[in-house]
Parts: sequence; C-alpha cells; structure tokens
Amino acid sequence: MEQHTTTALLYLDGITVSFDGFKALNELSFMIEPGEMRAIIGPNGAGKTTMMDVVTGKTRPDAGDVYFAEGTYDLSKLDETEIAALGIGRKFQKPTVFDMHTVEDNLLLALKNDRRVRATLLWQSSTPQEKRIAELLDTIRLKSLRSRVAGSLSHGQKQWLEIGMLLAQEPKLLLVDEPVAGMTDAETRQTAELLREINRDKTVIVVEHDMTFVRDLGVRVTCLHEGSVLAEGTIDQVSQNERVVEVYLGR
Amino acid sequence: MSAHPLIRMLDRGAVLFLALLGAFAIAIPVLNLLVPEGSGLHVSTYLVALFGKYVCYGILALSIDLIWGYAGILSLGHGAFFALGGYAMGMYLMRQIGTRGVYAHPTLPDFMVFLDWPELPVYWYGFKYFVYALVMIVLAPGLLAFVFGWFAFRSRVTGVYLSIITQAMTFALMLGFFRNNFGFGGNNGLTDFKDILGFNVQAEGTRNALLVVSCLALAIGFLICRAIVTSKFGKVLVAIRDAEARTRFLGYRVEAYKLFVFTLSACMAGVAGALYVPQVGIINPSEFAPGNSIEAVIWVAVGGRGTLTGAVLGAFVVNYAKTFFTSGWLAPYWLFMLGGLFIAVTLLLPRGIIGTYNHWRDGRGEARDAGVPNAPPQAAK
Repeated sequence: MEQHTTTALLYLDGITVSFDGFKALNELSFMIEPGEMRAIIGPNGAGKTTMMDVVTGKTRPDAGDVYFAEGTYDLSKLDETEIAALGIGRKFQKPTVFDMHTVEDNLLLALKNDRRVRATLLWQSSTPQEKRIAELLDTIRLKSLRSRVAGSLSHGQKQWLEIGMLLAQEPKLLLVDEPVAGMTDAETRQTAELLREINRDKTVIVVEHDMTFVRDLGVRVTCLHEGSVLAEGTIDQVSQNERVVEVYLGR
Repeated sequence: MSAHPLIRMLDRGAVLFLALLGAFAIAIPVLNLLVPEGSGLHVSTYLVALFGKYVCYGILALSIDLIWGYAGILSLGHGAFFALGGYAMGMYLMRQIGTRGVYAHPTLPDFMVFLDWPELPVYWYGFKYFVYALVMIVLAPGLLAFVFGWFAFRSRVTGVYLSIITQAMTFALMLGFFRNNFGFGGNNGLTDFKDILGFNVQAEGTRNALLVVSCLALAIGFLICRAIVTSKFGKVLVAIRDAEARTRFLGYRVEAYKLFVFTLSACMAGVAGALYVPQVGIINPSEFAPGNSIEAVIWVAVGGRGTLTGAVLGAFVVNYAKTFFTSGWLAPYWLFMLGGLFIAVTLLLPRGIIGTYNHWRDGRGEARDAGVPNAPPQAAK
C-alpha cells in the first residue's frame, strides 16, 4: 500500500464517480484539517451528496483516493459499517430517525458502544450511559420529549434528534447534509449555534443550500460544480467569485 | 430508565399469556383423562391431538413473527424449516418401528425394503438415538437457514425479493423430497409410527404428554423471543425493520443481526415441526408446499405482527376456523375464505387482533402514524 503523508483528517484526491456515463464527481479533490468546520455549497447536481456517499462507503469511486485520519485508512476499501466504526458519522438530508422508537431509544442505539450481536443481546443499562443520554438530550433540547415516539416529533425536532444521534456516536468527523432544510428562521439560528458548539471538539462538514445559514456559520466554504471544486475560501471570497456567480445565476 | 431485564421481559401481556398457556396445558389433559367420557366437560382424544397440532402451529407462527414482525424479514418459506424438523423426528420414529414393519426388516424402514435398498443410507445413521434426533431437529433447519441467510443477507437481498427466494427454497426442497432416491420415503413420506421413547404414539397418555410438551416448548420459545425483543438487540432489529440503511450508517452489522435472528427462528420452526409429526402421525413432502408457508404468514397477520402473543392467537384462531369450516359443507370454499380473511385483515385490521388492541390501549393518549405495525412493547419505565 502506498504511504500517504498528509496532516488532513479527510483527504480526497481525484475522485471520479460516474452513473451510466454521467460524471457525478469529476476529479474532485479537497481536504479537511482536523478540528475544522467546512461548508460545502453548490447548485443541484453538483455532486454534494455523492461526495458524502463516497466518504461514508455507500458509493465506491471509479477512480481517485479517499483517505481518513492522516492517510491511515483508505475509505474506498471499507464498507458503511467499518467506516462508521472509524468515527465518521452522517446526518442525512431527509431526517431519518427510527420512527417507532422513543427519543431516548434513538440515542441509545446511536451511543458509542459495542455494536456486535452478542453485546446487544446481553446489554444492560448503566449509569454512565444514562448520564450521557441525559447530556445529549440537553444539548439537542429534547429533554421533555424523551419518551415520545420519534415519529411524532416535528421536522425540526427530528433534525436535532438526528444531530444528537450523530453526537452520541462520538465521531471524529461529522457529515451533515442540509441540516436546516425546512426549518423556521429561529430553528435555523439555533442549529447554527448547535453546530458551532459541536465544532468545539469535532470536525464537521456541512452541506447546505441556505446561504444565510452558511454566512451565520462563518467558516471556510467550498463550492462544488459539476463534480469538482469551483472555488474555495471565505463566504465573501466565494460569493464574489465570478464563476460562482455565473453558476448560481446562470441556471 | 429501564427496569431489570426480567421485569421488562415479563410485562402484563406476557404474564397473562403464560398463565393462559399453563392453564390450557393442565386443563386439557385433566378434562381428557380424569373427566368420564359421558360428561359434557370431557375433551375427546381427537381434540387433544388437534389442540396439540395448534400449539405446534403456534410455535411456527411465533418464529415467523420474530423475524417478520421485528426484523422485517418476510419469509414465505418457513414451512421448509418446520418440515425439516418434522422429518428429523420422523426418521427417529421410523427407526423405532424395527421389526414391526410390514417387511419386518430389523434396520431398514419399509419403503427402503420396497425400493430394494441393500442398506441404510449414511444420513439415516444415528437416528436410532433420540438425543441424536433432537440435535438434528435443531441443527438441520438451523444450518439451512444459516447458509441461506449468509448468502441472502450478505448480498443485501431484502423485501419482496427475499420473500420470493424463500418460496423458491421451500419449493425446491419439496421437489427433492418427492423423489424416491432422496431417501425420505418420496411421495408417501414417513408414517406408520409405533412408539416414541418407548410409549405408543397413539395412546391417550402419550397424546396428552405430547400436548403438554408442546405447550412447554411454546412457553420456552415465547420467553426466548421476549428476551430478544426487549433487549437492545430487539431495538436494533426494529431499527433495521424501519430504516435499514440508517442502522448500517450507525455502525451496526445488519447482516449479522438478520442472520442470527433468522437462524434462531428456523431452529424454532424445526422444533415446532418435530412436535407436530408424532401428533399427526405422518410427515410427507406436501409440508414443504409454498402454500403452507404463506398460510403461516396469514396467521401472524391476523393475530398481529410484531406482538408475539398475537402470532400464537392467530395460529389458533385461523386453524380453528379451518378445522370448523373444512369439516362441513363449506369445505370446498375454505381457500376462498382464507384469502378473503387475509384481504379483510389487511384492509380493515392492518395491525391484527392483538396489535389493534395494543394500539387502542396505548393510543388513547397520543395519535400514532396510521398503517404502521405497532412497535414492540416499550420498556417499563
């Protein structure tokens, strides 16, 4: 195996993915440093979700390298479960919580723990775990709803629960896909605050359409277009980039 | 938050179920053996055997509910595991006949003498011993389920595709067992049993004992299922049922969970089949018929998917109806009634009997999503 010397937590180099000849990702390259929060923007079909699929093992790249943790792991050779175990958590665009389970059971299932069959069969609740769940419920502001069935939560509450589940996994890297889609303005602001709080000790990648939200986050922005990086920099730099303006307005 | 596992496992419904089952297992033999035949309370030996058969169907239904109701695996071939367990028991019973067969051969069952087989095939060795048969009753269906599941779940075959290949599996086995050179009695299967563990299978006492043992097996199976569905493992199963991809991204090895529960369920079905065979006195390839497996799924749907007790209730109710209707002038129409029942339950009672009751009881407080089978009982707070 070739040795990669990089300080990056996530390193993508020349990633190409095509579906029936359509190149969803075209030689995509960028890297994320440990502790960073990065916003990824781009018009529909720019390859944002495919990029996340590649990182989480759902889609295998046709060409290119994906390395995690300073080049230690080659993500293109691992499956979803193995990648999750390495500490990459993903929040989907559509909130996907376990509707039939209560809020606290959702968190319990996500809690970093032995995931093997035998461990879950013999599992017993413990004080540290319950404390951790209580903390998470505080963070995501759902304490009063802990024994409600997740299916009965509002859209925004489901989004938060899913962020809580992501935190419960104690990942090193969080991939958050459109966290504020369908949220009210107040919820959007609270979510930005929540993500900044999370970023204090975790690396975060946020994919988002909502430019005011991205501005609220105040982080480095990567703009994707047709499967590769169009521009990268602060939100002001990126939004003044001529090609970015063209891509967004030219549609 | 959550109580002791034992308390979680034995909620009110579970205790009530076990109490009723216990009462049934005591009352039927008492009413059969101790109450004189002329009395109105007397239960005939015919009924004892019939109820024994229902209890075996109950175990089969339970095994289907465990995988369908909780893990979302709709097996339309569970009859195959039931039949394999049945054949394992049948082989033991055949070896017990000894020289009392028509051809009075000391080792070969009648059908082998008839086919001019010189000696016992290797896979019939050991079935002389009850313990060996017991092992095979669990091992044969378990192994088949493990191999089948290993390939199917690893390739991520789900939903209707999985259902179809389970159908194909049981159909293929049926064709195989129909063949004489398979060595399981072909078309006629295994029958003319004489005794089990030295007791005459036809005797009243044996029939009652078999009923009690079947009830015991049902109770144990029920407790195993309850322990599983109330554990964290059970929560993972429901998560897989409702959002498989999400569970995978959480880091759970979905195929390992499915494989475990599918294999366990097949073993349970095997035990059900093994208890069924001495009570009905025959096992033949028609037990592998795809229709049988589908019928068993209907029992679960009628009683309430994802409730365990409902599966058993459904097996009793539908089979009682079957016995009742197929013995009268309505007999030719039974399949139409069964089909009609399935449609009616799907449209009018999508949660089944117990599921609807549970929903009504829990749902008086808050409204839940309609049409979704109800969740396993939540942990006691």
